[in-house]
Amino acid sequence: MADISQLEKLALQVRRDILRMVHAVNSGHPGGSLGCTEYLVALYNGVMTHNPKNFTMDGKGEDLFFLSNGHISPVFYSVLARCGYFPIAELKTFRKLNSRLQGHPTTHEHLPGVRIASGSLGQGMSVAIGAAISKKLNKDNSTIYSLHGDGELQEGQIWEAAIYAAANKVDNYIATIDYNGRQIDGDVENVLSLGNLKAKFEAFGWQVVETNEGNNMAAVIEGFNKAKAFIGKGKPIVNIMRTEMGAGVDFMMGTHKWHGSAPNDEQLKKALDQLVGNDADY
Amino acid sequence: MKKYTYTEKKDTRSGFGAGLSELGKSNPDVVALCADLTGSLKMDAFQKEHPERFFQVGIAEANMIGIAAGLTIGGKIPFTGTFANFSTGRVYDQIRQSVAYSGKNVKICASHAGLTLGEDGATHQILEDIGLMKMLPHMCVINPCDYNQTKAATIAIADYKGPVYLRFGRPTVPNFTPADQTFEIGKAVMLNEGTDVTIIATGHMVWKAIEAGEKLAEQGISAEIINIHTIKPLDNAAILKSVAKTKCVVTAEEHQMNGGLGDSVAQLLSRNTPAPQEFVAVNDSFGESGTPDELMTKYGLDTINIVEAVNKVIKRK
Repeated sequence: MADISQLEKLALQVRRDILRMVHAVNSGHPGGSLGCTEYLVALYNGVMTHNPKNFTMDGKGEDLFFLSNGHISPVFYSVLARCGYFPIAELKTFRKLNSRLQGHPTTHEHLPGVRIASGSLGQGMSVAIGAAISKKLNKDNSTIYSLHGDGELQEGQIWEAAIYAAANKVDNYIATIDYNGRQIDGDVENVLSLGNLKAKFEAFGWQVVETNEGNNMAAVIEGFNKAKAFIGKGKPIVNIMRTEMGAGVDFMMGTHKWHGSAPNDEQLKKALDQLVGNDADY
Repeated sequence: MKKYTYTEKKDTRSGFGAGLSELGKSNPDVVALCADLTGSLKMDAFQKEHPERFFQVGIAEANMIGIAAGLTIGGKIPFTGTFANFSTGRVYDQIRQSVAYSGKNVKICASHAGLTLGEDGATHQILEDIGLMKMLPHMCVINPCDYNQTKAATIAIADYKGPVYLRFGRPTVPNFTPADQTFEIGKAVMLNEGTDVTIIATGHMVWKAIEAGEKLAEQGISAEIINIHTIKPLDNAAILKSVAKTKCVVTAEEHQMNGGLGDSVAQLLSRNTPAPQEFVAVNDSFGESGTPDELMTKYGLDTINIVEAVNKVIKRK
């Protein structure tokens, strides 16, 4: 694991990438991407054992990650590129014609690092469970990770998967919920409240850990460590991670407005001015 | 007319079960998932022989498709099993995104397709599944005609890399194809060479096409009969060659007219050598409760309907 200050420096760069990518095509989802930056930076730079230089679909002997809330592709692409899955310069093709960096991630264009298409919500937990079972069948001691939006938990398939994973003791799997409380139409609480999420997962038979500061690198790493301690203990693990949509850019926080809108030229400048100290821009 | 005989009637779903059981012994990567219909899908043998490779997912088809997609990562070859309605319409988006678009090696195995599901009625009698599945890019769609062919198809799709929809049914039907047949995906089977009309049938309608061929022979009409077990990819060459000779075609399927095998044949012909075509299929209607035979008669999917369609199409030449 790189030290905290190195990871924070990388997170700063990833945030710059996210903003520049969505600005360039005037579309995409910066809010959730900014909110999950610490999570993905930590996951791919110390938490997971993985092989960016030699990507294989089967990923034998590697920990695997599935992004279920595919719309936060900007953060996913930036983190993948910056740990070596594909050239960093390719980030400039995001959402453009003939690109491997589709609006939502896909295996269809063979982008290294992506193992499933996502975008239509609620499917990634089932896929992650399948991959976790495959690991067990192959006697591969690796861990499966997945990330889900909190709004995404309104999809019924999530709860089909939650029942299955607990009933079948899928305990080599850590799901994380990006608990930012916001979705396209407003606050999750108002659109369709999830009620007591921790109690729900516990009632479904999951081991719940909480990360209360999902935009604090040290806290995120601690959250991973807490979750990993429960691997192999007979229960699927969920990490309920509180984040701030738009984290790192003052005017993008405290609102759901930046879920799926890109900054204009002036807003981009204002945002990048808040993210100085690293300038390895593509 | 070539003579076809059979010693017994068997259900195609049992052919699937037998094929899956054989695969369990020969291919350690084959795994099976079922959504609370193990007995109906005849997956019990596999479950008993390979409990560690069988996954009961309960009544949760969307989750089953997702788990199957995930299982392919690491090299497993998952066969999912439930009724055709719950294998397709219920989980279309899961198949589209997690299987087809993601290019996953999942075999979606669907029983109780069509009207011959019988008494349970229209909620369960899907007649749109071939259309739904053939529209998905790169999805292979297979609808074998009897027990032996379903068994052979089940074994064959394990070696095919990519998503497959395998459709079969509930009732017993004449088991007339050879037990030792080699199943070639995408290859039409010529059942009878003829000169006046081409009858292209799939699934349970293949035996009815043979019966129709015998009746037509009595009328002095020479029917060329082709078993299309693979609707996608379609054996274009075999169909074009036959219709070039007979100049007209009848398609027969236990499916909606919209979106089925007939549509695929019409599209092929219109782009190459347009020819008169009649469709023996369900005409924009849901089914209902009844015995399989009663339903096939009421909805126009009987031997006589093929004979009538042939007489009609020949006049249009």
